[in-house]
This record gives sequence, structure tokens and C-alpha cells, in this order.
Amino acid sequence: MELLALFFSVMIVNNFILAKFLGLCPFFGVSRDLRSAACMGAAVTFVMTAASAVTWAVNDHVLIPFGVMYLQTIVFILVIATLVQFVELVIKKLSPMLQRVMGIYLPLITTNCAVLGVCLLNIKQQMSLSEAIVHGFGGGLGFALVICMMAGIRERLEMSRVPLAMQGVPICFITGCLMALTFFGFQGLFAG
Amino acid sequence: MSVREELLRGIIRENPTFRLVLGICPTLAVTTSLANALGMGLAATFVLLGSNAAISLLRGFIPARVRIPAFIVIISTFVTVIDLLMAAFVPGLHSALGIFIPLIVVNCIIMGRAEAFASKAPVGAAVIDALGMGIGFTASLSLIGSVRELFGTGTLLGFSVPVLAESPVIIMILPPGAFLTMGLLLGLINYISQKRGP
Repeated sequence: MELLALFFSVMIVNNFILAKFLGLCPFFGVSRDLRSAACMGAAVTFVMTAASAVTWAVNDHVLIPFGVMYLQTIVFILVIATLVQFVELVIKKLSPMLQRVMGIYLPLITTNCAVLGVCLLNIKQQMSLSEAIVHGFGGGLGFALVICMMAGIRERLEMSRVPLAMQGVPICFITGCLMALTFFGFQGLFAG
Repeated sequence: MSVREELLRGIIRENPTFRLVLGICPTLAVTTSLANALGMGLAATFVLLGSNAAISLLRGFIPARVRIPAFIVIISTFVTVIDLLMAAFVPGLHSALGIFIPLIVVNCIIMGRAEAFASKAPVGAAVIDALGMGIGFTASLSLIGSVRELFGTGTLLGFSVPVLAESPVIIMILPPGAFLTMGLLLGLINYISQKRGP
């Protein structure tokens, strides 16, 4: 039950993009059309879940026993970079279809701050392994949800008349503002 | 290109925040007040200086194929240094910035400068480039931080500002206000540069 509350809380109320400002570069960079946004969302969800589990284990079984907590940042980013490479290799081998969907987005994910962010938050909030995995999965789904919504809105923005100075990125930020305002309405739900 | 031009390039013409729209996560997340914005900007400048200098000095040694992991290790070393320094000397600011200090590692500006400039330039030019980009980043963060603090709490650097302090617009220091401020400032800058012509 608590895990379910955590799942919805991190997916909707404390959304990674709109409430925590993590993963904004792909949010504005890869939201031009719905298809690529959905693929990016899927890839991020997958990597966030896997990275949560792996970095939690590394932290608990390597960093803490050896008392080298200060190496957290360096170790985590290397673990994530390796994980992404590994996932890329596995996908290339197993499923050409999946490779076509997620392929070009995977290398971009290493420098997505949502992934490193979720790993650091897991440790900072002293989560258990199951909580960390749910946190990563929920956060990833929330990311996918919001980036798909943004892509849908941007496809419509193409048709509308936007003042010259606001065209392109500025209007996206205003759209982001309105979405954040909407999601703000969920505040207080699933307090967990 | 002269030193002055090189510096101004990072501050104005290729301003990382408003021109290149890079590194937006910390830009929006920590700019709830001017003090936080300054702290974040200076921390990023420190990392940028260190990593640009180190990468430029090591550019002959790092094989091209493993350059990205090598850059990441160098950058995260400097991030760890500033993280520990801030925790020791400015604990208040350190906890206000939270996970956004370790997240400097994945700030696109730093990786971008390492890849696009420092890995090809001599150390002097790389340091000046880092300084320009760092000042540009700090200045943009401070601008956004000032706007949000002024309208959101009616204060500036903690000092109360008359008129604005009477009815602060709380939404400006909440997440939606960050998107709004950034969008409007970008629009304003576009408007000005369109007026002045290319």
C-alpha cells in the first residue's frame, strides 16, 4: 500500500520534470513529435528503474562497507554510463525492433539528470531496495507521461499563431508553466 | 580573438542559458532566490574552470575513443571537491541547493565546453572560455533568481523591498513561476535582438 502511494506520488504529484526540474533537456529537446517523445519516455523509464536498483546495491554493498561515501557522485555516474552501454548492447543483440525504437535515445540518457537524480534521491531519502525501484519506475513513467503531453501540445502549437519573439523555445517554457500549474492541483494527494 | 572578445562571447553572444538554452535543470530549480542562484553559478564556474583546465592539459594523453568517460571522471572529481568544500564552509547554502550540486556532473554546459572547446584548445584559451561561460551562467541565474525573489517574496538577497513586499506573488517561487520567468525572459531577449536586427 505504501509502495503504491509512493508510486503515484512520484509519478504525478512530485513529477520529476514539473515539480523537481530533473530531465528538462530531453523535455524540451525531444518533444517535437509524439513518436520520439514516447520512445524517449520508454527508454528513460527503463534506465531509471534499472539504475535505481543497481546504484542502490552498489551504495549498500560497496560504498558503505568501505566507507567511501564521498565517491558517490563519481561512482554513480560511471555505473549509469556503463549500464546504458550494457543495455544498448543487450537490446542490439536481442531485439532489432526495440533497438529501432530506443536506440538513438539511449546514449543521450547518460547525461539525463533525472537518472542520476533519482539515484541520489534514493540514497538521500534512505529508501529500501523495493522503494528505490518503485521510485525509479514511477518517476520514469511520470517523465514519459509529461514528455508525451508536451509533444502533443507542441504538435498543435505548430499550427497556431505565436508572436514572433515567443516562437520556438520561449512558448515551450510558457506551456511548461501551464502544465506545472495544472499538476500543482494534485498537491496533497497520495501524501507518502 | 582577443581575451576581452573571448570573455564577452560566453557572457553575451553565446550565453549558455539564454542563447544556447543549456543546463536548464539547475537554472530553474535553484533560482528561488538570488543567493541560491549566485551559489549555484559560482559552484558551476569552479567546476567549469577546473575541468576545462585539466582537460586542456590532458588533451594529448586522452585517447579519442574513451574521451567521454575520461571527461566524466575529471568533471565529477571537481564536482566532488566543490560538494565537500561547500558542505564544510557554507552548510546552509549546501543544503538549499541539495542534489543539484552533485548534478553539476550532468550539466550539459560543462560537458559541452569540454567536448567543443577544451579538448582542442591550449590551456590559457580554455581557462578564459570557462571564465566567460561561467560568468555568463552565473549572470543569467542571478537575473532569473532576482526576478523570482523580487516578485515571489518581495525581497532581494533577504532585504525587504517596498511596495513588492506588501503582496508577494507566491507562484513565482513555486515551480510554475520558474517556467514562466524563463519563458518570458527568453521572449524578451528574442524581442530585443529582433528589434536590433541580426
